[in-house]
Amino acid sequence: MSDAVTIPGASARVRPEALRRANEPRALRWALTAGALAFLGLFLVVPLVAVFDEALSKGLSFYFSSLADPDARAAIVLTLTVALIAVPSNVVFGLAASWAIAKFEFRGKALLTTLIDLPFSVSPVISGLVYVLLFGAQGWFGPWLAAHDVQIVFAVPGIVLATIFVTFPFVARELIPLMQAQGAEEEEAARVLGASAWQMWRRVTLPNVKWGLLYGVILCNARAMGEFGAVSVVSGHIRGQTDTMPLAVEILYNDYNFAAAFALASLLALIALVTLGLKVFAERRLAAAAIAHR
Amino acid sequence: MTTFGLRKASALPGFRVTLGVTLAYLSLVVLIPLAATFLKTATLDGARFVSIVTAPLVLAAYRLTFGAAALAALINLVFGLLVAWVLVRYPFPGRRLVDAVVDLPFALPTSVAGISLAAVYAESGWIGRWFAPLGVKIAFGPLGVLVALTFIGLPFVVRTVQPILEEFEREQEEAAACLGATRAQTFARVVLPALAPALATGFALAFARALGEYGSVIFIAGNIPMKSEVISLLVVTKLEQYDYAGATALAVVMLIASFVMLFLINALQWRWQRRLSAPRTPARSNQATQGVTATSATSAGSATGGSR
Repeated sequence: MSDAVTIPGASARVRPEALRRANEPRALRWALTAGALAFLGLFLVVPLVAVFDEALSKGLSFYFSSLADPDARAAIVLTLTVALIAVPSNVVFGLAASWAIAKFEFRGKALLTTLIDLPFSVSPVISGLVYVLLFGAQGWFGPWLAAHDVQIVFAVPGIVLATIFVTFPFVARELIPLMQAQGAEEEEAARVLGASAWQMWRRVTLPNVKWGLLYGVILCNARAMGEFGAVSVVSGHIRGQTDTMPLAVEILYNDYNFAAAFALASLLALIALVTLGLKVFAERRLAAAAIAHR
Repeated sequence: MTTFGLRKASALPGFRVTLGVTLAYLSLVVLIPLAATFLKTATLDGARFVSIVTAPLVLAAYRLTFGAAALAALINLVFGLLVAWVLVRYPFPGRRLVDAVVDLPFALPTSVAGISLAAVYAESGWIGRWFAPLGVKIAFGPLGVLVALTFIGLPFVVRTVQPILEEFEREQEEAAACLGATRAQTFARVVLPALAPALATGFALAFARALGEYGSVIFIAGNIPMKSEVISLLVVTKLEQYDYAGATALAVVMLIASFVMLFLINALQWRWQRRLSAPRTPARSNQATQGVTATSATSAGSATGGSR
């Protein structure tokens, strides 16, 4: 681009002055930086600090006792359980989908890629509602489920389903562009050299995509543990039974038990901070791997 | 050739199995439940549907949701550009930390964001107390909705603009300066047009996300009927009253709105990629498009991602 406008001979003389004019004055730089930081401070940092401040407002002993409360503990266990089911299912799906989409040419590929992203554009409330309409008492399968004494909605299976729905695209959409960029040559070489399908996948594909996979898992897990809207619709809010951590936060808050609500919220905020840290780590590894791969 | 049939033979194994798993899982988890929702609405008669989705309470909720979502996306458009600009152009201590913090709304569960924003922007809160003497009440009213939607949409514009700004060649700005342009002219005529598609995409993503937002809004909104109720809250209220027909009707309206947004965003990104790849040399354009795909993947990914 630059050679289109460089004037031989003249450029040396014009350049320093141009460079000065191609940059903002120092005062403006400071003002813009201050403005950006103030905006982030007001909307992100202050609320984040407030979570911990409110959580500790009644002292450390109250903080720990509210986390040790049986309902809070049940919520923590349920949140972990749901994430332990939802994340691996979406990893299996993501690996399958990215293999089919990135390594093969077939009709309907663009459509399939768009459909995989669909859950991201659906409101979380509706992501829960669709399962109520399917499995609830008045839903399509409601009468059959009731006759066979199976409860999905307002029970743990519904929470798992809604969580899988909202976290559905995370792993696939990280892996697809990554695997597309890497092409199929290495896998083809492995096959030519006599590797079995499993050996090829295990020794060539997986090492190539591991940081992208980690990145997707981190985001998927954060959303799975933190989902509120979708889970709220299908949970039925039975304390100690169908309340995940984000739902328990709401219940405590609506009971005006603010310090306990923020105590549980502070655990979720810690998970969020760890997520951000891991995300930066995975991003750096991804960038390094992309350079090494080039 | 049938749909989902291979276009060309491949030496690699596993196409049928992986595509089968993908289609089965996608249908079971996403497509069938969404289709069932539309079918459910079909059991409503037309007049009933119209009266539900045009009730005064619902119309007020549309106005608030669409208005606040657009305003919040606009705030994020301006400040997102500012944040991206500062992060890319001005080295300052702690820049990497600030860069990581931008993604907080993707990572923080929305109920946590909701109660925290409500506490901070309440009349006695850390920020709300500075506005209270001015007679401005932020939390527990429409302004609270705006604050929450600005929070959850914050990363979108930053994350779509940032990579484009990083790739942008400074020589273009220097050339403009050489030719006598002031800094403001260079920004308006050289930099801004190059960023415009990314800005538009970021705006659309933030707006789309805000339309369906629930968790962060309900705690700070105060949920006053006709004044500060968002559409997603009305869906939940109807469900809690066992008004499944009403909830489904509203859900279908919201689904159509989000599909329109999805279509617009895809169209924007498609045009953007063509525009980027057109004037450049093949190697360069390839890299640029890859950058875009990667960004749109991560941004929209985490994007609508995070935790609602």
